[in-house]
Amino acid sequence: MAAAEQTVEQVDLSRSTVRELNQRLHDAADGGPQSWRITHPNGLHAIGAGINAPLELEIDGHVGYYCVGMNKEATVRIHGNAGVGLAENIMSGTVTVDGDASQSAAATGRGGLVVVRGNAAARCGISMKGVNIVVEGNVGHLSGFMAQKGALVVCGDAGEALGDSIYETHIYVRGSVAELGADCIEKELGEFHTAELTGLLAEADVDANAADFRRYGSARKLYNFNIDNADAY
Amino acid sequence: MCGIAGLFSKSASFEQRLGDHLSEMLIQMADRGPDSAGVAFYRNPAPTGSSKLTLFSPEPQYDWDLIAGELSAAFGGSNGPEVRASHAVIVAQTDADDAGRWVLDNHPELRVMSAGQAIEIYKEKGDPREFVERFGLRELSATHALGHTRMATESIVTTEHSHPFSTGLDLCLVHNGSLCNHNRLREELRREGITIQTDNDSEVAAAYLTWKMREGSSLTEALESALDDLDGFFTFAVGTADGFAVLRDPIACKPAVMSESDEWVAMASEYRAIAVLPGAEDARVWEPDPGQVYIWEKEKV
Repeated sequence: MAAAEQTVEQVDLSRSTVRELNQRLHDAADGGPQSWRITHPNGLHAIGAGINAPLELEIDGHVGYYCVGMNKEATVRIHGNAGVGLAENIMSGTVTVDGDASQSAAATGRGGLVVVRGNAAARCGISMKGVNIVVEGNVGHLSGFMAQKGALVVCGDAGEALGDSIYETHIYVRGSVAELGADCIEKELGEFHTAELTGLLAEADVDANAADFRRYGSARKLYNFNIDNADAY
Repeated sequence: MCGIAGLFSKSASFEQRLGDHLSEMLIQMADRGPDSAGVAFYRNPAPTGSSKLTLFSPEPQYDWDLIAGELSAAFGGSNGPEVRASHAVIVAQTDADDAGRWVLDNHPELRVMSAGQAIEIYKEKGDPREFVERFGLRELSATHALGHTRMATESIVTTEHSHPFSTGLDLCLVHNGSLCNHNRLREELRREGITIQTDNDSEVAAAYLTWKMREGSSLTEALESALDDLDGFFTFAVGTADGFAVLRDPIACKPAVMSESDEWVAMASEYRAIAVLPGAEDARVWEPDPGQVYIWEKEKV
């Protein structure tokens, strides 16, 4: 086993199907290659979905929809762009995209870290529930919509309706915000949040100063925050 | 769900192989729209003073030579017919409006799929992979082309309801999405004298652009006003004599990817369709911003 763990398993998706690859990645939870290099992803869907082991994955090229969805423990690096729903419902581990990510990156993510070196499109971190997201570029409209937990760090600009109907996620933006969503307000960047942000930037290997960011969060004024409405649920 | 593919050649040598490349793109988008497929190719412009029609007949053994002969008798010598499956391309020695009207008046059993100088529209219900081979699309050279694979939501599955929809001479539109206000808008456009042939929502978008441009808007202006007047979800690709335009609605639920290499500019619903192009791995790839009009055109001499 020791020898197998040291070698890098190569999978060429122009020769093998995503279904075969994903089955092998799932089987690796019970032993087998721990380090993988995937070539010719060619925009295929659901590459590496459902990994449940501390594997190392390098993907050379652009991936399609729902890449490494539900990821648990694996460290994934995508040398290209990602399609809709990157690392959807990520549980833990780290997913890094060298290029851009399409809409709904890290949607509903419960844990782990997602790093986008380029821009993320609309709905980044929609309904996030504990994942941390660091975007070096910009994010599109409705990012952090109904975001419940975790942190969304945007080193560039944010589009319209940022943090609409947000719960307890911490949002940090260095650039401009086109428009804040309903019930999302700017908040003080205190000591706790500066430390959290500094830690996330370091973890994501981003050279930026926490003091240059502004923090946004929930005003907690929407209907669901009012105790008098508790009976309605 | 539907699939869109658009391809624009930046070199004369790539034009020769454009049909093959667009076919490969369309096949990648087949599972986004398995019920119908269609393409618009811009190729072999008709000489000045003449025009090109693409005609459709549901009748398998239709006598296209007869139509070409009658067009020739009516307007002088005509070229064609160049028959591809259920469609035929005929060049008539008159302008496209006259030629189209002649077909409607004399052969109401036919449908004019496109009219103009360079445009040829082919579309058919059925599997996109079979469509590509039946119509012999791979052998077609073209300066640029659009393709569409349809998964119907708003109207029935027929060849007439397939995309692209012609939006006027040398203009066409393909659509991924659905429009909510198409019934009211269809009535308004008909009152303005715009011809709409089906109950399809996307045809209304095409007709809307035709109307706006008839009223003096440029294509960019027409698309920008579509953002206000069309209620619904859309990624549009619009083919023109010189190139193509792309527009996504501001909500941007419907995907689009664009890419550019030294040889071509491409747009598609997903990167999968671009990955099959030569040099795709080294091409610039990006997602068009919502509510923003993108246009590629040949440099006008």
